[in-house]
Amino acid sequence: MKEEFNIISNLIGENSRVLDVGCGNGDLMKFLQENKTKDIRGLEISKEKVQNCLSKGLTVIEGNAESDLKQFPKSSFDYVILSQTLQAFLNPELVINELLKVGKKVIVTIPNFGYWRVRLQLLFKGTMPVTENLPHEWYNTPNLHMCTIKDFYNFCSTKNIKIYKSIALKKSRISEINKSNLNYKNLDSHLGIFLIEN
Amino acid sequence: MNKNIDTKKIIISNPLKLDCGKKIDNFPIAYETYGELNSEKSNAILVFHALTGDQYVSGKNPITNKDGWWSYVVGENKPINTNKFFVICANVVGGCMGSYGPSTINESTGKQIGTDFPIITINDMVNAQYELIKYLEIEKLFAVVGGSMGGMQVLQFVANFPDKAKLAIPIACTSSHSAQNIAFNELGRQAIMADSKWENGFYSNYKLNPDKGLAVARMAAHITYLSEKGLQEKFGRKLQDRDSLRYGFEADFQIESYLRYQGSVFVDRFDANSYLYITRAMDYFDLSKQYKGNLSDAFKKTKTKFFVISFTSDWLYPTSENREIVIALNSIGADVGFVEIESDKGHDSFLLDVPSFLKTLGDYINSTYKVINERRI
Repeated sequence: MKEEFNIISNLIGENSRVLDVGCGNGDLMKFLQENKTKDIRGLEISKEKVQNCLSKGLTVIEGNAESDLKQFPKSSFDYVILSQTLQAFLNPELVINELLKVGKKVIVTIPNFGYWRVRLQLLFKGTMPVTENLPHEWYNTPNLHMCTIKDFYNFCSTKNIKIYKSIALKKSRISEINKSNLNYKNLDSHLGIFLIEN
Repeated sequence: MNKNIDTKKIIISNPLKLDCGKKIDNFPIAYETYGELNSEKSNAILVFHALTGDQYVSGKNPITNKDGWWSYVVGENKPINTNKFFVICANVVGGCMGSYGPSTINESTGKQIGTDFPIITINDMVNAQYELIKYLEIEKLFAVVGGSMGGMQVLQFVANFPDKAKLAIPIACTSSHSAQNIAFNELGRQAIMADSKWENGFYSNYKLNPDKGLAVARMAAHITYLSEKGLQEKFGRKLQDRDSLRYGFEADFQIESYLRYQGSVFVDRFDANSYLYITRAMDYFDLSKQYKGNLSDAFKKTKTKFFVISFTSDWLYPTSENREIVIALNSIGADVGFVEIESDKGHDSFLLDVPSFLKTLGDYINSTYKVINERRI
């Protein structure tokens, strides 16, 4: 978690305007507030989590990214962050499009379904993978649209979304993803972090 | 009802131009304060009361001898902690707890003003209370807070005085009174005006009081403050002090008895004309209309931080109407937080013991106070 926060923080300019979509209990918001910028908002669907954030004095709105991102004007944030949430939406494509409208730049992190540990579980055990990063069983997972680093990379090029930076994370090892190492990073990383722009 | 009590009062000498076109001056505003103003004058919170509220937010209300109307929220070690904050609350213009209203005695006639009192609006209420803030020499409030009509005043205050509050917390309110809300208010007014003792508003001249009409108005309104589920769980079809139906029109059911009681205690503390005037002010409230249909424009000039709160079972000022405020603020990039609190206590949730509301509100106010102070240092 800490590594992911550090990478995100490094992608963000000092004192920029940030929106964290699906901000949960506000851990990332708090981290960025202490390290990067005070100008940060959150959007979260769970009442309980929204109340936790507000209790910490964080500016968070209870709402659903799929319907409530519309209320923010175009390019009203320097960065919009979607940390490990894309897979939980009914319509991830719509959400990505909304994020790209609201944010000048968008940071998306995805738990990589192409990670070899995940692949091995399906290949050898024949069951849906359950890992540290994907702790749910198939019947109670909030994740509706799992994808791999390669899937997201390809999605961006098909949709003409510019990838400014793509970073792979394995445990605490950080590396850049590019066209030539894509297949390897897709196998060897548990998390992908993308900085994208329309 | 302008009882002889020792209310704190100031006389506003500056003429105040009302929305109806009339001017008032040298009029009283009654208020109460709790806690101490710190030396930097940075800990003041102005609380706005709702339709039937008054300046007695906390502690014992000297008129009713009951707890102040927001005792769950304001007081020592309460969510708005009076050991830490200086809390101010004023009786609204049009009210009956010492501020200028229809029950104020006209000195030249020695009689109550009655329905000669001018129509007032939420805007007028807020402008009058701003005079009190000036009198108290507070340059900038830490927060303006209020629920229901109090929330409307919060919105109007920030629109009118964009740099006078650091934080605004409108709770369970709306930016424009809906047809349903106007309808219920009209029902209450008609009940009062249909009472033969109303005498066109000059009942006090005849030593009368339209208490039956006012009680009916209160009973009808009280239903709108609760939720269907809350009513069903609390009362159901339970009978009042009897084992079987009496086949008559007495209060057989507990809910009837409860509403009759609510009506009867209300008439002892509230003036019927004030009820007419204040409900009218709420009906006239339409902040977006004041800004040519664009609610966002009301907040364009402000850097005030907003925290909007609604309740799941509030059907009088539903979440959708509170969200309209959030949307208007977001569309201009204002600093706004929002949560809908789970509660089956209806609109009245903001006045009652709803733990998740009290905790969230208290924690938010305290951590925001800390953040704002740290920033300044």
